[in-house]
Amino acid sequence: MAVDEGLKSELSKQGVFVTNLRELHNWGHKNSLWPLQFGLACCAIEMISATMARYDLARFGAEIFRPSPRQADLLIVAGTVTKKMAPQVVRLYNQMADPKYVISMGACAISGGPFKEGYNVLKGIDRYIPVDVSIPGCPPRPEALLHALMNLQEKIQADQLGPEDQAETAECPVPEFGEHDLEPSKNPGVWHPPQIRRGE
Amino acid sequence: MNALSTESIAARVREAVPEAEVELIPNKGPSGQDSLLIGAAKAVEIAAFLRDDPELRFDYASNVTGVDWPERVVKERVTATEEVDGETKEGKKVVETKIPGFLEAVYHLYSMERKHGPLVVRLRTGDRENNVTLPSLTPVYRGAEFQEREVYDLYGIRFDGHPDLRRLLMWENFADYPMRKDYTPPDDYEYEPTPHDAVLEKAKRHQADDGCGKGDPA
Repeated sequence: MAVDEGLKSELSKQGVFVTNLRELHNWGHKNSLWPLQFGLACCAIEMISATMARYDLARFGAEIFRPSPRQADLLIVAGTVTKKMAPQVVRLYNQMADPKYVISMGACAISGGPFKEGYNVLKGIDRYIPVDVSIPGCPPRPEALLHALMNLQEKIQADQLGPEDQAETAECPVPEFGEHDLEPSKNPGVWHPPQIRRGE
Repeated sequence: MNALSTESIAARVREAVPEAEVELIPNKGPSGQDSLLIGAAKAVEIAAFLRDDPELRFDYASNVTGVDWPERVVKERVTATEEVDGETKEGKKVVETKIPGFLEAVYHLYSMERKHGPLVVRLRTGDRENNVTLPSLTPVYRGAEFQEREVYDLYGIRFDGHPDLRRLLMWENFADYPMRKDYTPPDDYEYEPTPHDAVLEKAKRHQADDGCGKGDPA
């Protein structure tokens, strides 16, 4: 049962709050995200700054950084993901309970950034785990992290709570250390390189 | 280094350590920073002398790094006399010298006590494949331990006498040495937003394989 937005606004002015279970559920969900206390490089310093008094991530209900993946529902990949660290990041993601979200913070976590084409840096964590929000920047300012969190909240608010939204996230295969590279070098289930059209 | 020139240090080392192979490698660049190439056989004794000699007292190994020298050909123009039809002619001739490849470990030594340095000390391996063992200077300079591990990890120089020679940055069963000139990185160029030159070639090959993108960028 959908309530007209205009009627809703009129009613709220009169002190009547109209909602439905889905909206109420999503409202509660989006304002109580618990990020995983996990930083990789200089972006983590900005993430820490975002939680402190000046930027105050607590205003968005996401201030409780949990030191265990079992208690967290938001993974902020803050910093350079080296090939040696990538299996651990994927493992942490697998250990988180559903529903779970990933913010890829900074140029390195998105694509390898300035270390792309180096021998030891992964070209973006989206090769192994699904990413909900990417924040560009090197490093992004705390405001950018707040913006990403607001984007994620919009995404959660739009959650239809249908059976496909409730389904368990498939476990991402943890890459192994190979002789020349991580094996496999990507998870084809989640990683789809953008189509590049040149010379058109 | 004001009072001590690199030549005088080389002379002192030759005097103090019998059978020491010490070669001065001049630097003709603006820095003029000459270095000492020392033989692997007496390297530990030479390092201990450099550290303990009261005049030198190089007590601090600031930096240890590696250099990969692949096999190269040096071309040199020389004046040569030639006999053509009974006449002696003088002309320029290009002589090509083939220098086999080797790996090099470079140590930068300073003296905290005497406040001089750096002294650049080089050690060379026999070749790049099988004969890649050098004596470790960690017993003399404790701070070289992790740096020698890094050189082993990235260049593949094996340090004999090192207390804990394992890879430092890459994982244990990694087969390559990434800082060598002939290292080829894994082919993961599926998505390159702004490719150029060699990277563009690799990205194009991938796009032909994957069927994504239009292939030819021209």
